[in-house]
Amino acid sequence: MTYRFRDLLALEPLTADELRFLLDQSKPFQEIQKHPLKKLATLRGKTVALAFFENSTRTRISFGTAASRLGADTMNLQAEASSIKKGETLLDTAFNLNAMKPDCFVMRHSASGSADYVARHLDVPVVNAGDGTHEHPSQGLLDALTIRDRLGTIENLNVTILGDILHSRVARSNIHLLGKFGCKFILCGPSIWVPRELEKIAPGVPIRCVYKMEEALEGAHVIIMLRVQTERLNDPPLSANDYILLYQLNAERLKRAHRDAIVLHPGPINRGIEITPDVADGPQSCVLEQVTNGVAVRMAILYLVIAGATESGTHPALEAKPKESANATD
Amino acid sequence: MLLIKNGRVMDPASKTDAALDVLVEGEKIKEVGPAGKIGAGAGAEILDAKGLIVAPGFIDLHAHLREPGQESSETIESGTKAAARGGFTAVCCMPNTKPVNDNASVTRFILERAKATGRVRVWPIGAASLGSKGEAISEIAGMKEAGIVAVSDDGKPIATAKLARQVMDYCRSLDLPVIEHAEDVSLAAGGVMREGVSSTRLGLRGMPAAAEAVCVARDVQLAELTGARLHIAHLSSKASHEQVRWAKSRGLRVTCEVTPHHFTLIDEDVTYDSRFKMNPPLAAREDRAALLEGLADGTVDAIATDHAPHEPALKDVEFDRAPFGILGFETALGLALEQLVHSEKTSLMRMVELFTTGPARVLGIERKIAAGQPADLTIVSTDRVWTYSIEDSPSKSRNSPFKGRKFKGGPVATIVAGKIIYKN
Repeated sequence: MTYRFRDLLALEPLTADELRFLLDQSKPFQEIQKHPLKKLATLRGKTVALAFFENSTRTRISFGTAASRLGADTMNLQAEASSIKKGETLLDTAFNLNAMKPDCFVMRHSASGSADYVARHLDVPVVNAGDGTHEHPSQGLLDALTIRDRLGTIENLNVTILGDILHSRVARSNIHLLGKFGCKFILCGPSIWVPRELEKIAPGVPIRCVYKMEEALEGAHVIIMLRVQTERLNDPPLSANDYILLYQLNAERLKRAHRDAIVLHPGPINRGIEITPDVADGPQSCVLEQVTNGVAVRMAILYLVIAGATESGTHPALEAKPKESANATD
Repeated sequence: MLLIKNGRVMDPASKTDAALDVLVEGEKIKEVGPAGKIGAGAGAEILDAKGLIVAPGFIDLHAHLREPGQESSETIESGTKAAARGGFTAVCCMPNTKPVNDNASVTRFILERAKATGRVRVWPIGAASLGSKGEAISEIAGMKEAGIVAVSDDGKPIATAKLARQVMDYCRSLDLPVIEHAEDVSLAAGGVMREGVSSTRLGLRGMPAAAEAVCVARDVQLAELTGARLHIAHLSSKASHEQVRWAKSRGLRVTCEVTPHHFTLIDEDVTYDSRFKMNPPLAAREDRAALLEGLADGTVDAIATDHAPHEPALKDVEFDRAPFGILGFETALGLALEQLVHSEKTSLMRMVELFTTGPARVLGIERKIAAGQPADLTIVSTDRVWTYSIEDSPSKSRNSPFKGRKFKGGPVATIVAGKIIYKN
């Protein structure tokens, strides 16, 4: 099997087989994370453009680390320092970065569909690192990888997603990935953030919107917390105390979930708002594994879109032993 | 002299549907008579309309010609050229130019430019409020004297119920229709497409259907209060449609128009391509069904294009940032034939009415094919196959979701004041 797209813009159009392939391709890169020497030479001489039009810390660092562990160089655009502030259009900025001849264009932007839009105009692979409230494909993949590692499967699970689903690109990518493996979803949060329309965004996937947290957690195998974007608490005006009262994940509520349930959070966490510290740091939490897996998944993505896939399922990347690239310096 | 012969004359005003010849002298129709019976003098121009429909000149109640102020997107010249290609003989241009058409000087400027450069008749619509800011009533009487045919704050609604009431009261005494862009802006704020499953799936911020219906309900009540002529622009939702139907059943002087894109496309068609971004946004499946019903049963009075050119530099950006609006002139008739006539939702006569006597009634004017009438005529084919190649459009903009679409039937010739200004 090979990856049949030039870009990675969304998980929605991918089939279950293609998604499984992406997860399988991440596996060897997970191993790399355990090596004392983590740098490969696979993409030596290649350049990855990291165009973050919207502020991001962990995703940008994660993609940057993934690129450098594959031996690629990066060029960085950060919203604050960029010419967007001077009125340059997204497309002009993209064309300018592209004129420096990167081999791949990783982008994050606050407008939904912006990666799709840029991909239509660029001649290099575009990887969506989060577009508005649409999708965040690499997060969806790293979440699935984390779940598969912990629970041994991503099939037929009860998945509960909590928080501001309407504005969450993570939730959409989770649904479009796990939904293809028979998972059932319960979405829970204040009704203004959990509109009923969400039940129909992935035809064939059982999705139910629930407004009582106790009910939402019943029998859950996987609990995906979303960050409460505190800036959104103003629109609509919603009291943080009310949110905590109704929707905070604490140890007591967690007991309603399946005994072996795991808790994911894409970060950054608002401790004491959507999740209590004891849960965030407890044995059921996978938060830091998610971050580690993020690098592996992004290495696989960059590898596949830049160098292409192999039939065998083993990476030529791994045939070049880490030792060989140990001399490489940045 | 111009003799249009061998055509099938369809005139909704007199319910005529017959093989008739039309003789034009100067700017007026001289004679309408049985095929082959009218003798044209030597030197008369002959237009052979065999196999074609001869209809009264099409009127577009809703267009943006962008002049003055946004000439890089459209001018009166380029816009009216496109209108002529679409079969329109008259277009009403909305006042949201720069400066806003809120006083007689701007109205006169538009009419002078239209006289100098326009291909079809241009009928300006004046702003309801000064600068369309929704604060004070504009100089409506002065604009009426200069030549406006209606008032509107199009692009947005008349800001408050109080002001809308005052405008309606005033326009009633001036016998001008008030055209309302119905939208509760607080409900719609920040939205870029219709709220629903599609917007939720795409992660695009939605505007609920209620944003339109809430405003229509307000204005229908005010039409009852004031007795004014109220015309709802680009009606898009089932709920608004029901409000208009109710108003009509009460005998209120309320009319409405529907755009070709709203009776053709729905929110499920929206992609991240800004050519699918307009306001009101493409609505739900059931809304489209209601509009088609209203177009057939008479609840809807007119088809209007809401031709809204935006130059590529403005429109070709990420969806969130793109301005609302799409081109409309050149595809309106093709879409109406496709969606209404070929699909057997309405008769051909009814469709012609929606482009001619329907909009004329909204404006309070006559439109018919008869001796002594202005020779404004649209010649239509119902079966010629053609493709909308946008590269050939005289419009200065390219923002149409129908680029490259194949049509069966469309305008063949457009005659304004006795002159053939477009012929295909």
